[in-house]
Amino acid sequence: MIQPSEVLGDRGLDWIRGGDEAEIVLSSRIRVARNLQGFAFPGRSGPEERADVVEMIQAAAERIESLDGGSFWGIEELDFLDREILVERHLISRDLLAARPGASSAALVLARETSCGVMVNEEDHIRLQALVGGLGLDAAWRQADRMDEELGALLPLAFHHQFGFLTACPTNVGTGLRASVLIHIPGLVLTKEVSKVLEGISQVGLTYRGLYGEGSEVVGNFFQISNQTTLGKTEEDLIDHLGRVTGKVIEYERSARSVLLAEAPSVLEDKVWRAYGILRTARSLALEEMMNLLSGVRLGVSLKLLKSPRVETLNDILVRGQSAHLERAAGAKLTEHEADVCRATYVRDKLARDERDAGHAPADGTSDTTAVDGPPSGG
Amino acid sequence: MVCEDCGEREAAVHLTSIEAAEMQSIHLCVGCAAERGISPESADADAPGTPPLVDFLAQLGSPGPKTPVPDSAEPCPFCGISAGDFRRTGRVGCSQCYVHFETQLRGLLRRIHGSSQHAGKLYLNEASDLSDRLGQLSSMRRRLKRAVETEDFETAAELRDRIHEIEMKE
Ligand SMILES: [Zn+2]
Ligand SMILES: [Zn+2]
Repeated sequence: MIQPSEVLGDRGLDWIRGGDEAEIVLSSRIRVARNLQGFAFPGRSGPEERADVVEMIQAAAERIESLDGGSFWGIEELDFLDREILVERHLISRDLLAARPGASSAALVLARETSCGVMVNEEDHIRLQALVGGLGLDAAWRQADRMDEELGALLPLAFHHQFGFLTACPTNVGTGLRASVLIHIPGLVLTKEVSKVLEGISQVGLTYRGLYGEGSEVVGNFFQISNQTTLGKTEEDLIDHLGRVTGKVIEYERSARSVLLAEAPSVLEDKVWRAYGILRTARSLALEEMMNLLSGVRLGVSLKLLKSPRVETLNDILVRGQSAHLERAAGAKLTEHEADVCRATYVRDKLARDERDAGHAPADGTSDTTAVDGPPSGG
Repeated sequence: MVCEDCGEREAAVHLTSIEAAEMQSIHLCVGCAAERGISPESADADAPGTPPLVDFLAQLGSPGPKTPVPDSAEPCPFCGISAGDFRRTGRVGCSQCYVHFETQLRGLLRRIHGSSQHAGKLYLNEASDLSDRLGQLSSMRRRLKRAVETEDFETAAELRDRIHEIEMKE
């Protein structure tokens, strides 16, 4: 039998390469909830029924083109570290991670090339998702819609003439659609405009949450914005609305950055360079510290205060700098302190490699605030 | 955004309630939300919109002055959950719950989504007609058979009772 960890590889990390507006928008995600007709929802079904559902969905998933070459895993086949890795990649939820071992209770299908996947027997029988880099809600929707069409042609789905697609939680009923973007808005945080913007977001039918580290503090100025309602509008309307509002937030973020550059250029530059300096040299980094520093560096790259690293490198570190990824790479269980040391080493290596690839350090050596667009120094 | 209860920690739970046609938003940190009996764990990572449900659920099934709904007193004949189970967990048990608790759910859906009429993709598959009680029965009989085969007698007994109840109503 193939060991899941051997084939997990880079699955689900396609988004890291970026896309439109990648300096500000990390990723766009579409998630669609569906249930099979004739079976109780997972929270209410017994082991046998759950196994039947897994079997039916696996049989369908193996036949559809949008998941061609994909892999199927029963959650209980995955060791705990693999599950943590999948959570860190946002490919499964914490709920699915806690699936009881031994029973054929829940499963996961992941496509080979794209960041598409299907969670089986989480809160709903089917949670399919498509994740793309940058601002690309339409592309993600096309992928998710195709999976949905293909699965729906093979499986009897629970659909109500008035309520639409039925889900375990009434907040998902109708389209079953949750569209979201993960956005980086340090400018709005630094200018203290962020709560106003987020308040505005919640008044137009959208909702947001901060990205958390291992604690409950919002870290790194990353926010996820998504649609709050799923019923009464078409999928396209819900997605267009989120896309338009995200466009507005990007605009506000850009103008906040202009204000900062105009009013406090040296403060901003100092912040960015300190962040880079610490990441490039530290010997021990806690996850939250790393995420906050990555935010500073990302801002610097986006404003061209820094010439490296690439956005792809920053995305990579955000994923692989997390504890389960580090533990997998180390091939051993790590204490918190050991993880911090491994994290610092990983980050230093990554940034050094990026400097080498770029053929120069992130600045010209003599750095002054007016020369932000100067040519790269020769390496 | 700072928590409105303690004014210290970052708000992580956002509740929206509608009272007398006025929409109110409350923003709480995880700790204060827990103190109010709102579990952020119940909200899935993608759906920060889940918590408002807690407010709405409080209204569901409460014996208010409105016309009582007769079918709400009985648990769903297919999955066996009661209105009380639903209030407690915020989750229904099966697709038939949407038929069984239709009246209350329609009101709830309107409050959550501002609409109770699906406008998105349609699904045209004869096999999934919810009014098809025969289809439901055959699915339950299949589950019963499976439960007996695997000696899951507790489930089998429960299914047998429910099948019997549905047959009685026909
Ligand atoms: Zn608080
Ligand atoms: Zn039910």
